[in-house]
Amino acid sequence: MTLLFDSLFNGISIGTVLLMAALGLAIVFGLMGVINMAHGELMMLGAYTTFVVQNVFRQWGDPWRDFYIFPALVAAFGVAALVGLILERAVIRFLYGRPLETLLATWGVSLILQQFVRSVNWVLALRLGVFGLLFFGGWWLLAKRVDWPRIKGWVLTLLLVLSTAIGTVGGRLLAQTYALAVTQPWFGAQNRDVTAPRWLRGGIPVGQLFLPNTRLFIISLTLVCILGLYIFLQHTRWGLRIRAVTQNRAMSACVGIPTQTVDALTFAIGSGLAGVAGVAVSLLGSVGPNTGQNYIVDTFMVVVVGGVGKLLGSIVAALGIGIANFLIGSGTLALIFPGVPILTDTLNFFATTSMAKVMVFALIVVFLQFRPRGLFPEKGRTVDA
Amino acid sequence: MNTEAATATQNKSQDGSKPLLEVSDLNVYYGQSLIVRGLSFKIFPGQAVCLLGRNGMGKTTTLKALMGLLRDCTGNITFDGIPITHYPPHLRACAGIGYVPQGREIFPHLTVEENLLIGLESVPTKERVIPEFVYELFPALRPFLKRLGGDLSGGQQQQLAIARALVAGPKLLLLDEPTEGIQPSIIIEIEEAISRIQKEWGVSVLLVEQYFEFAQSLADYFYLMENGSLIMEGLTGQMDEEKVRSHLSV
Repeated sequence: MTLLFDSLFNGISIGTVLLMAALGLAIVFGLMGVINMAHGELMMLGAYTTFVVQNVFRQWGDPWRDFYIFPALVAAFGVAALVGLILERAVIRFLYGRPLETLLATWGVSLILQQFVRSVNWVLALRLGVFGLLFFGGWWLLAKRVDWPRIKGWVLTLLLVLSTAIGTVGGRLLAQTYALAVTQPWFGAQNRDVTAPRWLRGGIPVGQLFLPNTRLFIISLTLVCILGLYIFLQHTRWGLRIRAVTQNRAMSACVGIPTQTVDALTFAIGSGLAGVAGVAVSLLGSVGPNTGQNYIVDTFMVVVVGGVGKLLGSIVAALGIGIANFLIGSGTLALIFPGVPILTDTLNFFATTSMAKVMVFALIVVFLQFRPRGLFPEKGRTVDA
Repeated sequence: MNTEAATATQNKSQDGSKPLLEVSDLNVYYGQSLIVRGLSFKIFPGQAVCLLGRNGMGKTTTLKALMGLLRDCTGNITFDGIPITHYPPHLRACAGIGYVPQGREIFPHLTVEENLLIGLESVPTKERVIPEFVYELFPALRPFLKRLGGDLSGGQQQQLAIARALVAGPKLLLLDEPTEGIQPSIIIEIEEAISRIQKEWGVSVLLVEQYFEFAQSLADYFYLMENGSLIMEGLTGQMDEEKVRSHLSV
């Protein structure tokens, strides 16, 4: 009994981390059909945001430092949603309906984001700020001119060159004047640590079991996110618009829905959820530029196993994969079949974290041979309609 | 325009009002090929106009261009006094054009009720109430409100698609072959509904059809389309049946 409960709890806690990471992707990939390889990096940004918020609150001293996690959740959602919004407006919207190009472009973006957190410092931030201000500010001002379509080409080229040059020169000057203070990277290539607040450090003993508070926190966070998402999608006007646009973009436009706004909003929400997942992940281990890469394959796996376009599918799949991972990885399965030596040996061979992953992925491959459309495929008349 | 077929009559308003929709010299391209060639026509307020023609003559393409779904076109479209040539589809819907596409295109995974609520997107009001007249026109929809749109039969889906276009109270209704693949008893219901919409509420209707009878009973005025151009037009009452039929039969 304890064994069952123990496996269930551990499996669910692995599963909820997976689910938290996959929830945003279930919207972006599942509903919108966009293969966003930078999803993991949005999580990573969320985790770094947590790190920053934690440091700010630590300076403020005692009553505050234990509650950084809640503002961190909001900030992580905001930062990731903003970056996601920029990504959608600047790159992805030009690539709708072209999955291969989307995959490559977002993969490139993920590499840029990784390097960005490694090397970002005051100089780089200033250069980006100056460039953005001059380039987009100039664009915005000049676009009001009547002869804009005619001069657009060379004005944009000129603006690009000018603002890059001014940004670079400004950055150089700043770097020379204040040397180390501004050239020091903010985060660097090393991993950074987020310390869980004190009230999250312990755990609750239940019988012979010990339930760590961080795990319980992540489970409840996941529940809140799923519930919030469900209510948003099913019971708000924007939710209805999102569901309509994801089903039939052309027809949605014909009934008067501004589809581009809906696309941008949907993508921003999916990205924001990735940021929230980043907060959860930062509680489990240190935060580094590669944090997101550890999750990207698993999250896509969850969405595919669950059935693309089905939130419920993603939930069941994440919990299933989590429990399978724990059962195989901890060697619990071997304990269940003590009488069969070959089976026990095989199961013990897979009873490490990485080998468990191998086994789970092998099982997923087999599963998809029989159910290529996932756990909850579309059925009935609606498929053809 | 074909001189032999060009009828002397021109689409004129009975009471001197301005046309609700005026299309002049519309060309629509699919890639390199020109599908609709130099189309010009008018629809007056409260008028039911039918665009007749065989399969593949550019009727659906014309409707899609009117709705803004095909961007590769030249010419001018004026609706209700506003030049809408460069409007994206959702602004055309907000301007007062309701669209019932070929194949119905209801949202299969939304409930019937949600499908109708979506129809209200083009009205700026905060109030999200489905007007009662919808159920009066199509009583068959009411028992299915909580069912998924995709679970309805073809005829019910067609009624839902028309209802979805009507809830916002459009000034012009574009109907693309509303009788295609639907059983005769429901065709009669749909015909009555369209006729009521036009006669009682004064909504203009542009109906695309390839069958003569349905068009004849509903429309006041017809345009006949062949190979992307209009070759004949006139009042439906004075239609030269033999000639029109010869252009419609395969």
